[in-house]
Amino acid sequence: MRVLIVGAGEVGSSIAASLADGHEVIVVDTDADRVERLTYAVDVLAIEGDGTDLSTLQEADVDDADIVIASTDADEVNLAVCATVKTITDSFTIARVKRTHYLETWNNSRGAFGVDSMVCTDLLSAQAIVRVIGLPTARDVDPFAGGQIQMAEVEVPEGSPITNQTVREADRFEKLTFAAVFRDGDVTIARGDTVIRAGDKLVVIGTPNAVRAFAADVSPTQEDVEDVVVVGGSDVGRLLAELLERRGYRPRLIEQDPARARRLAETLPRTTVLEHDATDVSFLEREHVGEADAVVSALDSDERSLLVSLLAKRLGVDRTIAVVTEPAYVDLFETVGVDVAVNPREVTAEEITRFTRDQRAENVAILESDAAEVLEIEVDAESALVGRPISEVVPELSSGMVIGAIARGNEMITPRGDTVVQEGDHVVVFVHGDDIEEVTRTL
Amino acid sequence: MSRARLRVDWRAAIALLGRVLVALAVPLGIPLVLAFYYGSDPVPFLGAIAVTVAVGGLCTRVHDDPGGSLGHREGFLMVALTWFSVALVGTIPYLVAGMGTDSTLALPANALFESMSGFTTTGATVMGEISFEQHSRALLLWRQLTQWLGGMGIVVLAVAILPELSVGGAQLMDAEAPGPGIEKLTPRIAETARVLWLAYLGFTLLEAALLYGLHLAGFADGMTLYMSVAHALTTLPTGGFSPAARSIEAFSAAVQWVIIPFMVVAGTNFALIWHAVSGEPDHLFSDTEFKSYLAITGLVGLAIAGMLFTGSGLEPVGTTGASFDAGYVEALRGDVVGNVERIVRDGLFQAASIVTTTGYANVDFNAWSAPAQYFLLAAMFVGGSAGSTGGSVKIIRWLVVGKALKRELFGAVHPEAVSPVRLGGTVIDEDVVHSISSFTVLYIVCFFLGGALIALDAARVGLGYGHIELLSAVASTLGNVGPGFGSIGPMNNYLGFPDTSKLLMVFLMWVGRLEILPVFVLLTRAYWTE
Repeated sequence: MRVLIVGAGEVGSSIAASLADGHEVIVVDTDADRVERLTYAVDVLAIEGDGTDLSTLQEADVDDADIVIASTDADEVNLAVCATVKTITDSFTIARVKRTHYLETWNNSRGAFGVDSMVCTDLLSAQAIVRVIGLPTARDVDPFAGGQIQMAEVEVPEGSPITNQTVREADRFEKLTFAAVFRDGDVTIARGDTVIRAGDKLVVIGTPNAVRAFAADVSPTQEDVEDVVVVGGSDVGRLLAELLERRGYRPRLIEQDPARARRLAETLPRTTVLEHDATDVSFLEREHVGEADAVVSALDSDERSLLVSLLAKRLGVDRTIAVVTEPAYVDLFETVGVDVAVNPREVTAEEITRFTRDQRAENVAILESDAAEVLEIEVDAESALVGRPISEVVPELSSGMVIGAIARGNEMITPRGDTVVQEGDHVVVFVHGDDIEEVTRTL
Repeated sequence: MSRARLRVDWRAAIALLGRVLVALAVPLGIPLVLAFYYGSDPVPFLGAIAVTVAVGGLCTRVHDDPGGSLGHREGFLMVALTWFSVALVGTIPYLVAGMGTDSTLALPANALFESMSGFTTTGATVMGEISFEQHSRALLLWRQLTQWLGGMGIVVLAVAILPELSVGGAQLMDAEAPGPGIEKLTPRIAETARVLWLAYLGFTLLEAALLYGLHLAGFADGMTLYMSVAHALTTLPTGGFSPAARSIEAFSAAVQWVIIPFMVVAGTNFALIWHAVSGEPDHLFSDTEFKSYLAITGLVGLAIAGMLFTGSGLEPVGTTGASFDAGYVEALRGDVVGNVERIVRDGLFQAASIVTTTGYANVDFNAWSAPAQYFLLAAMFVGGSAGSTGGSVKIIRWLVVGKALKRELFGAVHPEAVSPVRLGGTVIDEDVVHSISSFTVLYIVCFFLGGALIALDAARVGLGYGHIELLSAVASTLGNVGPGFGSIGPMNNYLGFPDTSKLLMVFLMWVGRLEILPVFVLLTRAYWTE
């Protein structure tokens, strides 16, 4: 597939890098240095020019591009790029935006601004964090099939009642499938006799209720989350507070900059905005931040986010979640004690990648930095799955794959050996990182 | 000391004032026509017309293009001067008509008090005897008309009809309009002013028609066409003057029930009313100020009704010169106690009348007990909504002050918290919060200072006033309410005060109507020179 990326900023180059392996990628940017750096760092064609200029787009052969991703730092430029592309060709256009009101306009009128898909990086990150907050012990939660099906990656804590149980013993839920176990950096497909150990990360797929019930099983002492503290009024921090407000929480938000704090306080009526340096321990103690159920660090600097998370942990906070802009730090954060590290670029990449899967994958969740993926695929007549019981098909398919759930109309079906997949079903599958291409081809 | 250069183009302000004075001849023509119709003396009005046209004409000549050089400062000066000058012109009919009779309005201090009380829609009177025998119908209608002109604002009216005022119109309306800031309803300020006056005129006509309709249907004895118009003219501006000596008590229950909603409308933001009548009624009920206004009025009314129901509200405080005898209280007690319709009517009528600063009375509330009277005294500080014709502090200011106080308390626990003041979901700018807080403090300071001065003045001439009388006199004039308690009760008048006190009250009514700052700013050195 041919992908044209306009804007080689942080997100743009990271998308370019992740797509470069399997696709022809062309990158356009106005900055000569960036273009040069990209040319040598990644195997893509980098062109210097203005993406809103027709001649530049033609130079980049936009007519042949299957997908155009507008990913500059300016929302308006991204919209203009998409609109410009649409004047000459019918490529699938994706615009990245920061401001949510563009997304609202687009949601009200799909295709507005000549954009076929709009991706709001900060909103996606905020949504991911809200899902994680809502499900204690989960490190990652993603919705599939319009929210009917949920995938959760749950970490088994020390002393959990399910440690030393086999998967068969732990799976007491009708509407839940155990897909895989991450242990010491390795992925194994969950079998009935796999023994669960403390520190394992289990990937489960099922209805939201079943997933929640399972999470409660894993850690029965965990109380419901009520008191959430967001540190840093970045765009992610603001959107997170907004989403939490909408879910009935009354979060606290700590922002150091007076002007920004004031602006946040004006836009967030149900949030208590505190204007102070969140690394000041006496301030954190005075505000009893240690008693919070969850602290989310969304500061502009990763280093400070880490510091705040560790301070919060030291003060006794149950869960700390950090927004990490540098993908390489994700592992590091989790190693030193941050419960969940969310990387906005990874979240965005998940969203954008699903359009590059031959436009078949309806939804993608990337697990443990590309170690595995969970895909939602609409089954067509040519799929290997159609018309036969699963127990017959599976041996023919790759061994690194688990069918987690099937959505048929408004119903969620738990796959069993005798289940027959029909044309039009949406299947949610867990796929090992090495087998992704093979699986997407055959299903 | 070298003379600092004046930074105010006072000539422009005077010239604009001149235009307003000339235009004042038109409303003065209405009582003139009535005087011919009823065959009474037209001279008071002819004289007033002659003076206002002559003085206005002279003023107009001091500047060629006043609209062009109208800034904020000129706006303040023009508005303050206009209100005082209009009140001065308004005295002429009283003085001329009173000449050679025993009318109390023949005295200049009294005439000025009555005229200022009229234009500022206060409704406090120094008319000794209110009757058609003592005063002509034309003169009494002029008294009503002054309130109607002052209600929506003389300057707003001028902006609506005088094209040369359209340039600086927003500043002028801002200086005059009740409440913090104005809301432009239409792109052009003159159009906004016209819309406001049109809504005002519409409701006035509607009320007059309803009252007269009741009369024709036989439910309203004495509510003749003249009386209907006269009362409509003082309900919508929250004025309170009545050509009937016993105010609204003189009319039937049906009349009183009809007047209540019109008083409530008068105390509502006319911008909201405009939205409501132009097809967006949900504007009205999503407005925090309007909801609070209804709640406060209703609660005060029901509290009083409750006191009256048990009879505990009918034990009058021993005050000097009260206008009733023991028989009145006894008769009232017989009528009121246990009569649910009557007590709800009395409670709501008086609550609406005082909260909106109208000042009508459907009962002599001097006959009420101290708690009921203190409820009314407190209600004098509420005032109507911003952008209404009501006086006093205004609901929106109390809401903002209350929220700002709540924020202070929250800030004491969480010193780092940033909490903007919100009203109905919208954030109030910090500057506005500050100016509202300072206004409210200034208002209270004026109230106590005025009270102290009037008490001193009364002591000087050897008059002994009760506390609630003095307090209500100041609260009532500063808040443009009208009646007070005791010897200045709703069926009494302010004649007992010495002239010096009356002039002080004239000042209080004037600054109260213009909401203090536009007048006080003229007294600062910075205004004139920097």
